[in-house]
Amino acid sequence: MYSEKVMDHFTNPRNMGEIENPSGVGTVGNAKCGDIMRIYLDVDEAGVIRECKFKTFGCGAAVATSSMATELVKGKTIEEALKVTNQAVMEALDGLPPVKVHCSLLAEEAIHAALWDYAEKKGITIEGLKKPKNDIHEEEAEEEY
Amino acid sequence: MDKMIYLDNAATTRTSREVVEAMLPYFSEYYGNASSIYHLGNRSKKAIAEARAVIAESLGADPSEIYFTAGGSESDNWALIATAKALAHKGKHIITSSIEHHAILHTCRYLEEEGYKITYINVDENGMIKLEELKNAIRPDTILITVMFANNEIGTIQPVQKIGEIARERGILFHTDAVQAYGHIPVDVETMNIDMLSASGHKLHGPKGIGFLYIRKGVKIRAFIHGGAQERGRRAGTENVPGIVGFGEAVRRACSDQKEYMEKVSALRDYLIEKIEKEVPYCRLNGHRTMRLPNNVNFSFQFIEGESLLIMLDMKGICASSGSACTSGSLDPSHVLLAIGLPHEIAHGSLRLTLSGENTIEELDHTVDAIKEIVERLRQMSPLYEDFLKKEGKEA
Repeated sequence: MYSEKVMDHFTNPRNMGEIENPSGVGTVGNAKCGDIMRIYLDVDEAGVIRECKFKTFGCGAAVATSSMATELVKGKTIEEALKVTNQAVMEALDGLPPVKVHCSLLAEEAIHAALWDYAEKKGITIEGLKKPKNDIHEEEAEEEY
Repeated sequence: MDKMIYLDNAATTRTSREVVEAMLPYFSEYYGNASSIYHLGNRSKKAIAEARAVIAESLGADPSEIYFTAGGSESDNWALIATAKALAHKGKHIITSSIEHHAILHTCRYLEEEGYKITYINVDENGMIKLEELKNAIRPDTILITVMFANNEIGTIQPVQKIGEIARERGILFHTDAVQAYGHIPVDVETMNIDMLSASGHKLHGPKGIGFLYIRKGVKIRAFIHGGAQERGRRAGTENVPGIVGFGEAVRRACSDQKEYMEKVSALRDYLIEKIEKEVPYCRLNGHRTMRLPNNVNFSFQFIEGESLLIMLDMKGICASSGSACTSGSLDPSHVLLAIGLPHEIAHGSLRLTLSGENTIEELDHTVDAIKEIVERLRQMSPLYEDFLKKEGKEA
């Protein structure tokens, strides 16, 4: 049911782990629905994401989208990272089964939550970044089923 | 991939070689329609009668009380919908449990839409139905009690005889979905006060697509599938002769060595339970420890999610299943695990391993090693485990 890319990122996740004293960290999702993602960022003075790590409680797609999302934002500027959408994560993974699309939304949201935390710590405003929702499933659940 | 280890016998079983051999002649040699007058038809008719007799005997029933269907789901649908229709003049209230198979629960939901009232009785933390609650739920317009014989996910065996007694005392029909229990543990419709019972062939090394509904003599429910006069006019459609023959053979085999099977498989089950409890930290056995199907093991592993565990087990050649939402295509985890009071995140991390007499201790040892390694790996990935360790003051 999963593409080879998804299976690859699930079985050999990239950037799994924690960052000590991160520039920003964001946790989204809820255990009720079965996925929680946490993204750690290390951003340098020039505003470039030097390091990005994740931890995820969830299904194969949740792990794979987290892994791919960290790959896509690593080495990017904050502005570039903001443009990494769930669509981009899905495309990079050669697609997801329809019931797993919410995992990619969660990955996008986790990055935004980490960036929001970074901005708050720095006392700056990132243009185009909205305060993250705690739970993307509330809207999702009704749409899909 | 390593050699396959099959631990999903509650989903389906291997059709045994002897069953296949018994079936084969009824495809291209004795292919007659049992309703035909000539000798070829008679051959099929006789084969069906033999299978029906074996099945009737296994239940303490009369052959005329066994009606072949296409499987457990059809039997459940038939029992509920036909009873509801037949007794609508008496009342429109049905009692069931909160942990039934979807073949029962979704049929109940359909009946609710049709104006029937359904009471769903709760279960305790072991998945055992609350008998007092059941008694109190009975109303003057209650027409049917339907409670499963044993649960498909957590293996808990219900006090069927007592439920039957309660129903009989009040003059209410009692149906039980025995799909997981039949062939695995003794079932007797007389001593257990059962009026209707659903069973399926493929859960006991028989073929798929064949089941039966036992209907006690005198229970007046009508046909569900309309058409020809097969099955005493109660279930139309040309009989699935190879399926019926295979089902009969599977039942014959299951009953002839049932005691041996129960001893062997429950020993394997207890070995597996003990070993997982010993070797994998932060786990919980789901279901009743002793009132449990001989072949069922169900665990929750804290901080991890079931689908991930299943995929990684599959990569090691191990076939299992989970009550995780992700395996069912919905966001909610198993209704059974929620009904026994598990929090959502624990329910998501469940694993069901269901055995057969073909499994070996070596396979179970290999499986526990795999579970241990995978659970540890997934926990390293889990933010819930990270938070837990930090709270405990340990380093990840």
